[in-house]
Amino acid sequence: MENKTWQFISGNEAIAEGAIAAGARFYAGYPITPSSEVAETAARRLPQVGGMYVQMEDELSSMAAIIGASVAGKRAFTATSGPGFSLMQENLGVAVMGEIPCVIVNVQRSGPSTGMATKPAQGDVMQARWGTHGDHGIVVLSPSSVEDCYYLTLCAFAIADRFRTPVVLLADAAIAKLKERASLHPVPEAERAMRPLPACPPDEYRPFAVDPEERVITPLAPFGGDYVYRITGSMHDDAGGQAASPANADQVIHHLTDKIEKNRSSIVQVREYDLDDAEIAVISFGCSARSARAAVREARRRGWSSSPSGPFPRMRSGTFSPTSAPPSSPS
Amino acid sequence: MRTYRDYLVEKRFPTIWCGGCGNGIVLKAIALAFADLGLDRKKTVAVSGIGCWGWADDYLNVNGFHGTHGRALAFATGIKLANPELTVVVLMGDGDGATIGGNHLIHAARRNVDLTAVVVNNLNYGMTGGQYSGTTPQGSYTSTSPYGHVEDGFDLCALAAAAGAPYVARGSVAEGGKLRELVRTGLSRKGFSFVEAISVCPTHFGRRNKKKNPTEMFRWLRENALSIEGAKRLSEEELKGKFLLGTVRDRPSEDYGTRYGRVTASAGEMEELS
Repeated sequence: MENKTWQFISGNEAIAEGAIAAGARFYAGYPITPSSEVAETAARRLPQVGGMYVQMEDELSSMAAIIGASVAGKRAFTATSGPGFSLMQENLGVAVMGEIPCVIVNVQRSGPSTGMATKPAQGDVMQARWGTHGDHGIVVLSPSSVEDCYYLTLCAFAIADRFRTPVVLLADAAIAKLKERASLHPVPEAERAMRPLPACPPDEYRPFAVDPEERVITPLAPFGGDYVYRITGSMHDDAGGQAASPANADQVIHHLTDKIEKNRSSIVQVREYDLDDAEIAVISFGCSARSARAAVREARRRGWSSSPSGPFPRMRSGTFSPTSAPPSSPS
Repeated sequence: MRTYRDYLVEKRFPTIWCGGCGNGIVLKAIALAFADLGLDRKKTVAVSGIGCWGWADDYLNVNGFHGTHGRALAFATGIKLANPELTVVVLMGDGDGATIGGNHLIHAARRNVDLTAVVVNNLNYGMTGGQYSGTTPQGSYTSTSPYGHVEDGFDLCALAAAAGAPYVARGSVAEGGKLRELVRTGLSRKGFSFVEAISVCPTHFGRRNKKKNPTEMFRWLRENALSIEGAKRLSEEELKGKFLLGTVRDRPSEDYGTRYGRVTASAGEMEELS
């Protein structure tokens, strides 16, 4: 790329800048290391672009506030770490059930509990996938560089809007605290996709209607427009009314799972290195993806040349790193 | 001209609430207050919690958000701050808004976002079978205090006022007309308004506390209610177990949105200088 401009920036700052570039204008959060620079950058930058930062009393309310802001029409995000992410699981379920787009940044640190606060770790994968109760699909993206922090945040908002789902950006303390050279392209206003709006007459709006062919949920109307409707964390019919029949529950649960699982091909991103002739594949993500790649390079360099007793097996190897490719800007 | 019935979804009636429950009276007081102010349905949001009173937004013909137990104020904070044009009313019970959600309540009062909270205080957890809550009076019988309740209950209005809420008032379901006035005033004040409605739960609280039917419960409520003004003449001992009704505080205080507007302005200027 010819016009590359370089910045020396941390992963946490790049996440906040990525959110702003994606059009996020609302942040609610509770400070926790190693994610605090996301909040600090949001507090400084959001009011400069007409957005709002609010510091809540805990992570339960932070998650609730971004859900509320999203229903009222703002792209919204929060950032936390393991202990706070645990507290967010309750209301993350509301975003799943109410199909409310939002982005949750979890900068992982060691656990369980307070663990070795605040050393890097990657132990929250299962919590990100299954942390809130009940069956559901969810999207989790994991950056392994500062540039990834920026571009995957753009991507997270695009996926959240498209599938009306919460998206977790699963970073870790090593990447989020890392400062490195990064080229972060601004997203021009005109290229930033607006959140789709419903087109039907207001009295025909069904906020939970699903197109069975496309598995696409109807667009979310922001509160305050022409559409008067109800969003709920309870089991509901397509109009948002309470509905407890087993047949309806079956349909809703399948939809919540299918809209993610059956669209895997357009969601999942991986980076592959040196896999063409590999006999061993090293699968890695986040901060360890970079170490894994370096290790594989070293193994290839030493492996089948002259070091039979070296630390690496004499085999050709490659790395496979899921959900960490820099995407193009959201469309 | 709108009437209160324009704000109700009558096709969902009868409500799920028990005979003699106070919720219907509070619901009507809210619908009447909406009509008094001629609120635009499209610009009005009812945010509810979980519990018997958490069903209320089902019956209100405005935008609804039904979230989780105790967190209604936090959802409402996001909704109001993201779109300041909205009138946001937050419907919570005593277990919901003042026990599991107690921390959100004190911080909402302190933060002073322009919301109106209507807490129906029926002195126990009705939906789960009548267990004691954070407002159950000491000595009362509930399904989890079968020998009499050990703890003291919260005075919710004192709590909200101490935490900084600019408008705080208490009404009761024995005086629906007065409740309508308090809710209307709360809605018309800018900043965090807190209206507590002392209510009755004949099914659980009444049955276990020698108030066998709704008539006896309402009589008990009337006999133990006093105006805040009238209470000034009584001693602390005489006030024990009484509900003090009226306006606890009505003192304007600049709301979060107004102050943040100045943050936005100065951040913009700093951006230009840098």
